[in-house]
Amino acid sequence: MLSSPTGSAERTGDVILAAEGLTKEFRGFAAVRDVNLKVHAGSIHALIGPNGAGKTTVFNLLTRFMPATRGRILYRGQDIGRTGPAKVARQGLVRSFQISAVFPHLTVLDNVRVALQRPRHLATQWWRPLSTLRSLDDRAMELLTAVQLADKADLTAGELSYGRKRALELATTLALDPQVLLLDEPMAGMGHEDIHHVADLIRQVAKGRTVLMVEHNLNVVSQLCDTITVLARGEILAEGTYTQVSADPQVREAYMGSEDDDD
Amino acid sequence: MSIATSTPLKTANDALGIGHLVGRALIVLALLALIAAPLAVYPVFLIKILCFALFAAAFNLLVGYVGLLSFGHAAFFGGAAYITAHTVKEWGFTPELGILAGVAFAATLGLVMGFLAIRRQGIYFAMVTLALSQMVYFVFLQAPFTHSEDGIQSVPQGLLFGIIDLSKPLPLYYTVLGAFLLGMVLIWRVVNSPFGNILAAIRENEPRAISLGYEVNRYKLAAFVISAALAGLAGAVKAIAFQLASLVDVTWQMSGEVILMTLLGGIGTLLGPVVGAALVTAMEHYFAATSIPAPVLIGGCFVACVMLFRRGIVGEIRHRLKARSSR
Repeated sequence: MLSSPTGSAERTGDVILAAEGLTKEFRGFAAVRDVNLKVHAGSIHALIGPNGAGKTTVFNLLTRFMPATRGRILYRGQDIGRTGPAKVARQGLVRSFQISAVFPHLTVLDNVRVALQRPRHLATQWWRPLSTLRSLDDRAMELLTAVQLADKADLTAGELSYGRKRALELATTLALDPQVLLLDEPMAGMGHEDIHHVADLIRQVAKGRTVLMVEHNLNVVSQLCDTITVLARGEILAEGTYTQVSADPQVREAYMGSEDDDD
Repeated sequence: MSIATSTPLKTANDALGIGHLVGRALIVLALLALIAAPLAVYPVFLIKILCFALFAAAFNLLVGYVGLLSFGHAAFFGGAAYITAHTVKEWGFTPELGILAGVAFAATLGLVMGFLAIRRQGIYFAMVTLALSQMVYFVFLQAPFTHSEDGIQSVPQGLLFGIIDLSKPLPLYYTVLGAFLLGMVLIWRVVNSPFGNILAAIRENEPRAISLGYEVNRYKLAAFVISAALAGLAGAVKAIAFQLASLVDVTWQMSGEVILMTLLGGIGTLLGPVVGAALVTAMEHYFAATSIPAPVLIGGCFVACVMLFRRGIVGEIRHRLKARSSR
């Protein structure tokens, strides 16, 4: 149901997304400083770090929602440092947002259809009736079924619970058939049950794709992610597997006090 | 999948948010009323209402369905009126060609103004459109062909398509009605189309639309041009109907008036702007003859509307009907 993306030139293990000397300064204050990051195709890569470490800024830079002050971003070997955010998304590098990003007044089905419209060339026809979009319903329902939202298709997205909104967002993102998914705190504000559910979902969608995620819940990170990059005060502190990273004294120091907050 | 094919297409843009059959019956009734209206009401007054209703509906396409508040729509309305009046009077264009020229001008102006304005958001977008429309106003004030304060007067009405005599009130009324309906159908189509669905998504959550790969500025610009062209259609038709193009129609007060009409009737509803335009035009018309100053009354009415029913008249009716049906 969640078919792997098509046309991927990268083999598992190749670097699909890389940042070189990535820096973002806000009026002289460096929110992100000289970040070098390599995300390998087919992996689930976590970006963790205390509040204010610059994780979301890195996301904004990588997806071109924010221009970098310095540094290069290479996606599938190409420099995307001058590419617009919408074009980056069309090339298969698709992000989610920290605050759940649904279209609240559209129906659940419509939310997914909006994502399907552009790849299926049904986005600019102002002269055709809305019923033209019915041709997208089968695929939309497939995606909704995969995230267990099929029975909620006719509800307004704003009516969904928080966890279900995140699931809807994932279905919408998957509609683009992305190569690389950047998930910004997919578990934030979720209860235990939802966390398990979404973790399963991510594991499922990660097959044949690459996932880079910002996440606070270290428990989830330890179970889900192959590589972990720890960011603190805008700089990379450590990188490796969960065991390697958690043994690092610098990481322990940076995380002191906050590790207990995450179950 | 069987669920999918039986899923009704729900849209947030249902004309009134009421049932399909009832809605259709109402539309037919409204059409009949519009056709029969000149029997009961002075046609010239109706023509004025229709022109402003189309203008407001065009404006609402942008503010209600894309979430862009333009404070410069008079430039398209009044600008098209000037171009139509000039081409018909001085260049001998037929009415249909003159109207076409006016619409083309408004669309082109919309492309330029939209291109410059959509880079900004919220209040800044409104300010840019205001500033640009003031520049357009200044050009029309200074350009010799507009005869500045006098305006372009006694525009010949001529024969539409060579047969319909527009100097007679009834043919003129039905011609204006035709243009109005054409505009309304077009707006309805745009709103309820694949393109309209993307506009709704952009209005709801712009960053998300970008992250789904949409070049949102192109969609906004397209909507801006359509809105400008339709506002131009309203102005062009008005110039033919009243044989006049004047500075009043390009002033910022006119841009303000169309905002007021739309707010009063209900932003983001198909019929709201029509109701708002009818109400404001009617108030201006009836209080013009009395000693009561119309602007004060309209202002009072506007304040009352904003305080009592923020959604506007049609918006409030729709909301109540929805609340009742979901109970």
